Amino acid sequence: MLEGCRALDLTDENGFLCGKILADLGAEVIKIERPGGDPSRRIGPFWADTPEPEKSLYWFAYNSNKKGITLNILTDQGREIFKELVKQADFIIETFPPGFLDKLNLGYSTLSSINRGIILTSITPFGQAGPYKDYLASDIVIMGMSGILYQTGDPERPPVHMSLPQACLLAGADGAVGTMIAYYHREATGEGQHVDISMQQSAAWFLADAIPFWELAGRIMKRTGIFRLANRSVQRQVWRCKDGYVFFFMVGGRTGAKSFSELVSWMQAEGMADEYLLSMDWENLDMFQVNQEVIDRISAPIERFFLAHTKQEIAREAVKRRISICPLSSMADLLVDEQLKVRNFWVEIEHPELNARLTYPREFLKSSEKECATRFRAPLIGEHNEEVYTQIGLSKKDLSRLKEAGVI
Amino acid sequence: MDEKRNVFSGLKVVAFCWAVVGPLSMKYLADWGATVIRIETSRRPCTTRTSTPYKDNKPGLNRSGYFNHFNANILSLALNMEHPKAIGVAKRLVARADVVMENFTPGVIERWGLGYEELKKLKPDIIMVRQSGFGSWGPYAQQPAFGMILAAMAGLPNFIGWPDGGPLPFGIPAYTDCISPRFATAALIAALNYRNKTGRGQLLDLSQFETALYFIMPAILDYEANGREPERIGNSCPYAAPHGVYPCKGDDRWCTIAVSSDEQWANLCQAMGKTEYITDPRFNTLANRKKHEEELNQLVSSWTVNLTPEEVMNRLQSAGVPAGVVQNAADVYNDPQLRQRNLFWSLEHAEMGKFTHLGQGFILSKTPAQAWRPSPQLGEHTEYICTKILGMSDEEFVELVNAGVFE
Repeated sequence: MLEGCRALDLTDENGFLCGKILADLGAEVIKIERPGGDPSRRIGPFWADTPEPEKSLYWFAYNSNKKGITLNILTDQGREIFKELVKQADFIIETFPPGFLDKLNLGYSTLSSINRGIILTSITPFGQAGPYKDYLASDIVIMGMSGILYQTGDPERPPVHMSLPQACLLAGADGAVGTMIAYYHREATGEGQHVDISMQQSAAWFLADAIPFWELAGRIMKRTGIFRLANRSVQRQVWRCKDGYVFFFMVGGRTGAKSFSELVSWMQAEGMADEYLLSMDWENLDMFQVNQEVIDRISAPIERFFLAHTKQEIAREAVKRRISICPLSSMADLLVDEQLKVRNFWVEIEHPELNARLTYPREFLKSSEKECATRFRAPLIGEHNEEVYTQIGLSKKDLSRLKEAGVI
Repeated sequence: MDEKRNVFSGLKVVAFCWAVVGPLSMKYLADWGATVIRIETSRRPCTTRTSTPYKDNKPGLNRSGYFNHFNANILSLALNMEHPKAIGVAKRLVARADVVMENFTPGVIERWGLGYEELKKLKPDIIMVRQSGFGSWGPYAQQPAFGMILAAMAGLPNFIGWPDGGPLPFGIPAYTDCISPRFATAALIAALNYRNKTGRGQLLDLSQFETALYFIMPAILDYEANGREPERIGNSCPYAAPHGVYPCKGDDRWCTIAVSSDEQWANLCQAMGKTEYITDPRFNTLANRKKHEEELNQLVSSWTVNLTPEEVMNRLQSAGVPAGVVQNAADVYNDPQLRQRNLFWSLEHAEMGKFTHLGQGFILSKTPAQAWRPSPQLGEHTEYICTKILGMSDEEFVELVNAGVFE
């Protein structure tokens, strides 16, 4: 859908996903790294646990479908070349500290004087302005500032952080949305603009009901571990099964009644539903009013039932009976998952340098008009230097000279 | 009720949505100027309209703090889709729309005769966005799902928890509901531009399960390449130490600290007034700090526990160490950075009074998101939409009202 658009992607790991989404949608995305490769190539995990810049699986995951060039924008010549590239670009995505590009005289006002329609998307921990703009951060710091971390974990233990960074992904995806809104505006008016993404804000954007609970009831949402807090009761949502865990939470009224009655009839078929479960009027179960004793009496036989089954058995029957239960998938489960298989979700991509193929998500949506597939692996360091630089009139001789000068 | 000028002024969206994923998606378009009509019914109100907290603790369809928090700028049309005449009204809206969004369990929209093929007959270049738990087709398509259990399906809780404990849910229940709209909206706007250039509409089908997998991709590759399944590692990090959540002065108050270089370690020691630890052989390199991590964490905790989290953040940030407050909802509500960036909009709502509505997550320098109106009361704009947008005569409108179409 974005065929004919070009993005210059100067991001580190905080912004990878933005360019990945644009690339999947059809834009030509050119990753620009410093000569020798971006430091984010040192982020693990690594292919064969070998920590080398061309073997970072983290890099692979979010840079497929992008081309790659090297360019040192700290040099005068590098900046001039960058400005040439800007003339032919639609989007620039970057994750430098606020003010860094301005100091290089490559800030938004310079870029827009070169190309009025250019859209500059900046992704930083706290945004371009404000009291925290220069604060140092990593994922745990940002998740802490977003309000999510405080609510994650067991009530009697410290908040616990999701060990796979998330703020960069929420912000990266927001970067793609912001870039697209600016693009729509540009197509109508010809003018570009500066899209300012704060990772903290991207993570804090949707805290479900936590903000209204504070404002209306003066109540601070706390950590509830594997439970879910209702008005007069605490309900389990993580359950052990024979070989792992399943996630299921009780929903009242009409929505929940379907799941409950199907679950109970399955339990009954196996002789594991007690009289209490069989006597319940699920349509009239009001989770807001229900007390702990009722919850405990419902939970006990369900707990025993799950323990007697494997997650695959539970998942299969849940699909068949349309019960709202999902297993906690392992990575291995995901790669053989039936739904993903039928929807053709995975695709094998060649890595000739590793003499291997790796399985990636094919596309994040199904479009009736355009395939938005992952087509090729992440770029090697400087892989597309020749292709990209010859387009702006540099000769092979120029390129070797620039290489020697440390510009590319 | 003219819209103010913004990026999507004039763009018309009809949304058959439920719970969180649909409303968050339409929010992007509405906050940047589109006319977004949300179709609802009091016969079966959205689960968020019947969610706590209520204004003054009094239940009511227009009193839920949850619903009213994130539905600003939306127009509400009450339409009982089970009524035979309702379908006709919906079709008239579709015929003049640019976009139709829906996130019901697959099959519902088809039952109403509003599947993509039908929509195309009404409006050949329509763009339809579908976002169910598992996608609109495939063996799990009909399974009802919520964000919390979809996150488990996508494996996310494997990364949350302590080495001596089980997997834990993510701190916000509807996590996959706020992942999918970002992917959907980026694609939708690209599709709108594509339509403007080519005249062609399309169907976009998203699955919350699938988009959530993009949020754990490195781990899936790690499994493929190295056979490694994720382990729960608490707040530690292979590349940083100290790294974690540390206790502070006050009730349930915590700070984060993340030291990823020897320079930051030296800065931290200076700030703690423990310069002797800079070169201490237990702590002088990342490898040594990782080896003595428990001791290290105790040392850091014994310093933080006498300070407020704000004091820790201010001192360490001035010393060049990444650190922050573990903010609770009240802290986020008052956060000066987020306030300056206009995350929250204070709007006057007929039943809520002055109430904090959610703004947008990011800033566009020339066309910032704008608040035009508070979250709608159920059916608040029914008459306006029918008579002013669809151009119904008063007689027809009254006839349909009396027939119970707009319940």
